[in-house]
Amino acid sequence: MMSVVLLIAMVVMYASGFYLMMDRSLTRILLGFILAGNATNLLIFMMSGSFGKAPIVGNDDTRDYSDPLPQAFILTAIVITFGITAFILALMYRSWFLDKANEDTVLVDEEDKEIALTTETITLEEVLDTEVEQSHEFQDSDSETDSAV
Amino acid sequence: MNLLVPTLVLIPLISAGITLLSPRNRLFQQTVTAGALISIAVISVILMIQVDIEGALSISVGGWAAPFGIALVVDRISAILVGVSALVLLGVYYFSAGQGLADGDKEAPLSIYAPTYLVLGAGVNNAFIAGDLFNLYVGFEILLVASYVLITLGGTAQRINAGIIYIVVSLLSSILFLTTIGLIYGATGTVNMADLSLKLGDIDASLYTSLNILLLVAFGIKAAVFPLAFWLPDSYPTAPAPVTAVFAGLLTKVGVYAIIRTQTLLFRESELNTLLAVLAAITMVVGILGAVAQLDIKRMLSFVLVSHIGYLIFGIAIDTEAGYSATTFYIVHHIVVQTTLFIAVGLIERRAATTSLIQLGGLLKIAPLVAVITFLPLLNLGGIPPFSGFIGKVALFEAATAKTGTLMYLLMGVGAFVSLVTLYVLARAWAIAFWRPMAEAKVDYDADRFAHLQSSPEIETNNDPRNIPRIMTGAAVFMVILSLSLTVFAGPLYAYASRAGANLADPQQYIEKVLGGTDGGSKVGDNGE
Repeated sequence: MMSVVLLIAMVVMYASGFYLMMDRSLTRILLGFILAGNATNLLIFMMSGSFGKAPIVGNDDTRDYSDPLPQAFILTAIVITFGITAFILALMYRSWFLDKANEDTVLVDEEDKEIALTTETITLEEVLDTEVEQSHEFQDSDSETDSAV
Repeated sequence: MNLLVPTLVLIPLISAGITLLSPRNRLFQQTVTAGALISIAVISVILMIQVDIEGALSISVGGWAAPFGIALVVDRISAILVGVSALVLLGVYYFSAGQGLADGDKEAPLSIYAPTYLVLGAGVNNAFIAGDLFNLYVGFEILLVASYVLITLGGTAQRINAGIIYIVVSLLSSILFLTTIGLIYGATGTVNMADLSLKLGDIDASLYTSLNILLLVAFGIKAAVFPLAFWLPDSYPTAPAPVTAVFAGLLTKVGVYAIIRTQTLLFRESELNTLLAVLAAITMVVGILGAVAQLDIKRMLSFVLVSHIGYLIFGIAIDTEAGYSATTFYIVHHIVVQTTLFIAVGLIERRAATTSLIQLGGLLKIAPLVAVITFLPLLNLGGIPPFSGFIGKVALFEAATAKTGTLMYLLMGVGAFVSLVTLYVLARAWAIAFWRPMAEAKVDYDADRFAHLQSSPEIETNNDPRNIPRIMTGAAVFMVILSLSLTVFAGPLYAYASRAGANLADPQQYIEKVLGGTDGGSKVGDNGE
C-alpha cells in the first residue's frame, strides 16, 4: 500500500516536473527541476525493495537492515540537487538583473525565429557574391608584396 | 601503485581549494593550477605504462569491497584519456592565463576561474576512472556544475541566455541518467559496472533493451549525438574562447567515453548497434551541413564538432576490436585537434576582434603565425595524410571493411564524404580569414540582418583588435605541437589504442581486476573518505 502511494507521488512529480521544465520562465524551470529531481529520489528509494528499517545498525544479521546503498545514492543526489538549485537561483537573479523588462524568461532564439519566418536561407556565398565578381580572390594584389608582420 | 588512482581526482580538487586561499594572487593561482595539471599528466603517464604492463588497476575507496564500495578503475582507455585531457587542460589554461593577464581579468575573472577550471578537471578525471555508474554520475555532475559556472562566466546577458539552454538540457540529461541508475539498481541490485556486466545479461530482454536505450539517450545528450545535439551550437560559441576550447575538446568526449563503456561493458549483447550506426551517419551529415551554412567561425566549428562525434559513434557501432581501437585513437586525436582549432580561433578573435566570416580578411599579412597555427590542425581535422586525422579515419574504415555489410559500406561512404566537406568548410574559412584582402571584408555589411548569426556580437564589439600576448601564442603553439606529435608518434600510440580496443572488446580482464581485486593493497582504509 505504502509503495502504491509512493508510486503515485513519483509519477505525479515526474509529470509535473518535466511539464514545468518545458516552460520559458526560469522560476518554473527551477521548480520543475526540483520536482523531477525528488521524483528520481523516490524512484531510487522504491528500487531498494523492502524499506522502513534503519540501514546498517550494529553487526547483527543482515535481515534487519534496509538496503543502505539506495539511501546513500539519494543522500548524494539531494546534495547535488541542492547545489544546482542554489546556482540556478543565482542565475535567475542575474538574468532578472540584466533584463528586468523580460522578467526571468529564456529569450527567443533569433536564429530559430528567422528560420521559421523565411524559406530562403542566407549563405555565405550570397553575402560575398556582390563583391566577389570584382575581387581577385586568392591572388596577390600589388599592395601585398611588402610583408608586414 | 593503486594509490595513485584516487590522486587523479584528489589533486585537482585539493588544488582548487588551495587556489581559493589567495584569490587575488595571480601568480600563486597560476603556479598551483599548473602544478596540479602537470602532476596529473605525470601520474597518468605512470598509470598508462603500469596498466599496459599489469592490466587494469582497481581500488575500492572507503574500504568497502568491490561490488558495494566505490570502485575507481583505470584501464588503458581511462589512462590515455586522463593523460590527454590533462595536457589539453594545461595548454588551454596557459592560453586563458595569457588572456587574463592582457585583459585585466575582464574576460575571465581569475579569482574564480582557476578553481572552477580545476574542479572541471577533477570531474572529467572522475568520470574517466569511475568504476560504478553512480560514481560516473557524480563525476558528470562535478564537471557539469563547473561547466555551468564557466559558460556563464562574466554574467553578460548573451552568456546567461546561452548558458540557460546548456544548463536546462544538461539538467534533463542528468535526471534521466539518475533515473536510469535507479532502474538498473532495481533490476540487478548493483551499480558496479564490472558486476553489472555479469548481471545485466540475466534480466528480461525487453527491460535490457529499454535500460540500454535510456542510458544511450542520457549519454547521447552529453556527447551531442543527433538528434540530441541541438543545444551545442547554441551554447558553446558564446563562452570565452578558452572555455569553448575545453568544452569542445573534453566534455562531449566524456559522453562518448560513457557510451563506449555502456556498449562494451554494461550492455555487451546490445542490439542497438545498428541504430547507433544510422545515428552516426546522420550526425556526421547533419553536423557538417550545418557547418557549411554558418557565417561565424566559432559556430561553424561547433557544428564541425557535432559532425565528428558521428565518427566516434561510428567506431562504437562497428562493435569489433578493430572498431574500438580506431575509436580510442580517434578520440585522442579529436580531443587535441578540436581544442587546438578553437584556441586558434581564439587568437583570430583577439587579432581581428571578430569571428564573423563576413568581416574577417587579410589576416595573413597581419598575423602570419596565427595563419600557420590555424592551418595545421585544419588539415589534421580534415583528414589530410599524413596527419592523425587521416590515420584515425583509415583505421575506422579498415575496421568497417573487416566487419562488412551494406550499412558499414554506406557509413564509410558517408565518412569519406563528410571528411571532404569538413576540409571544404575549414579551408574556405581559412581562405576568407587569412587570404582574402582586407578590402573585400565587409566590416559593416548589413549588420542588423546578420547580428543573430554572430556568436557574441555584444562582447565582440567591445573588443578592439589587439596584439596577442606571447603566452597565448605560446600556448597555441604548444597545442599545435601536441597535435602534431600525435602524428609523429602515431605508431606507438596506435599500438596502445589497439591494446585498449582489445580490452574493450573483451572486458573479462577488467571484470576480474575489479571484482577479484582483493590482492595486496587494493583496499585503502577509511582514511580517504
